[in-house]
Amino acid sequence: MGPSCLRPTRFARLVLGIYGLSLTMVFFVFQAPDVALSEVVVSTVGLPVMILMALRKVRQQEDEQRSSGEDE
Amino acid sequence: MSFLPFAVAAWLFLAGLYGIVSSRNLIRTILSLTIVQSATYLVLLGVGYADHAQAPIFADIPQTAKAVDPVVQVLVLTDIVIEATVTALLLAMAVQAHKRFGSLDPSDLRALRD
Amino acid sequence: MNRTTRLALFGIAVAGFGFVLVDGLAGLPDFGNYHGVYGQVITGIGVTERHATDLVTALNFDIRGFDTLGEEFILFGSVLGVVLILRELRGESEHPNRHEADEHTFAGASEALRALGLMIVPALVAIGVYIVVHGQITPGGGFQGGVILAAGPFAVFLAGRYLRMKLIAPHMLVELGDAAGAAGYALIGLGGLVFVGVFFKNFLPFGIPGHLLSAGQMDLASAAVGLEVSGAFLVAFSEFLDQAVLVKDGSG
Repeated sequence: MGPSCLRPTRFARLVLGIYGLSLTMVFFVFQAPDVALSEVVVSTVGLPVMILMALRKVRQQEDEQRSSGEDE
Repeated sequence: MSFLPFAVAAWLFLAGLYGIVSSRNLIRTILSLTIVQSATYLVLLGVGYADHAQAPIFADIPQTAKAVDPVVQVLVLTDIVIEATVTALLLAMAVQAHKRFGSLDPSDLRALRD
Repeated sequence: MNRTTRLALFGIAVAGFGFVLVDGLAGLPDFGNYHGVYGQVITGIGVTERHATDLVTALNFDIRGFDTLGEEFILFGSVLGVVLILRELRGESEHPNRHEADEHTFAGASEALRALGLMIVPALVAIGVYIVVHGQITPGGGFQGGVILAAGPFAVFLAGRYLRMKLIAPHMLVELGDAAGAAGYALIGLGGLVFVGVFFKNFLPFGIPGHLLSAGQMDLASAAVGLEVSGAFLVAFSEFLDQAVLVKDGSG
């Protein structure tokens, strides 16, 4: 259950970025520029940053656990 | 054609729910929650849309022009920013859960027992 | 219950729920056939009454300003939760691995990325301030501009200098900004109560619609919310970055 369950999540993060951008276009077509602005800003700056950091921390911890607890 | 946005929103909602229930990774659960929330935005904005109407910004269109509903846009606007912070909270909980239990699999998380 | 049981239960539940959902959504008026009265009243008289050309911001900070107060404190509360959850636990310590933290080696940033990152910082700050301050005239406002402002110091980090980012946006300052923004917005509401007698009623002079200093307190409210949102996002970013780069588990 190691890195193999992290690889799909990296792909999911990229898909989420594309999803955010397409959602922005939909909001724009719905004549809602405020909402589109908010969505593009959050889904390019807000969310990917935090997801990236969380994934990195988790990967770091897995490396630490694997290297220090191999006899568990 | 007139039901399309609502159909897409309903499908996104159900797909997101399936993602939440069937994921083996807490972070994927959190991302699926984001999809469920975006389905609600589509429903709200779809309700407020009026044919051949413009955005409710009257800086350069005459005041009597037909505009879409601004009230639902307010709801969705603040909700998007708040969703990002709540996702941050959930991600923080996932990171600490991984620290304590060693895995991100929801079925590995047990009650705090020490 | 194990996974297959859970999925089977979900299948049954979602079939029923899906049916009700589609049935309910089909009962809405056709897409494009909007007849709501409240929205039409606001678009009809919003500009003349509130002297603001962006009605979405006018609703956000003036007509429905009380709702925004609640939402802003949701934001504040969840960032508070992030800080509490990611605090240093017993057995952990912050060792800045100096080389890594300063040179941003873990993303393998190239020189071009760093140069671009540094160039983009003043643009981000300028655009952020512009969008916050012009909230009542053009699409924008405190929420959008606040997130853009939070991207400014973060671009410093992307340009490869994590410890510099902490110099520009130290913990104390961003937390202070966050709290000041939240308190400022509440104080504006109280100002309405004190000066006009109704909580959150617009009490500053209205001005000419389309000009910068118009629509009364909307500018101030937008600035307060912008400060709060940027502070909140920077606090969240700093917490996550601290966890990812600095905190190491001392007990192993």
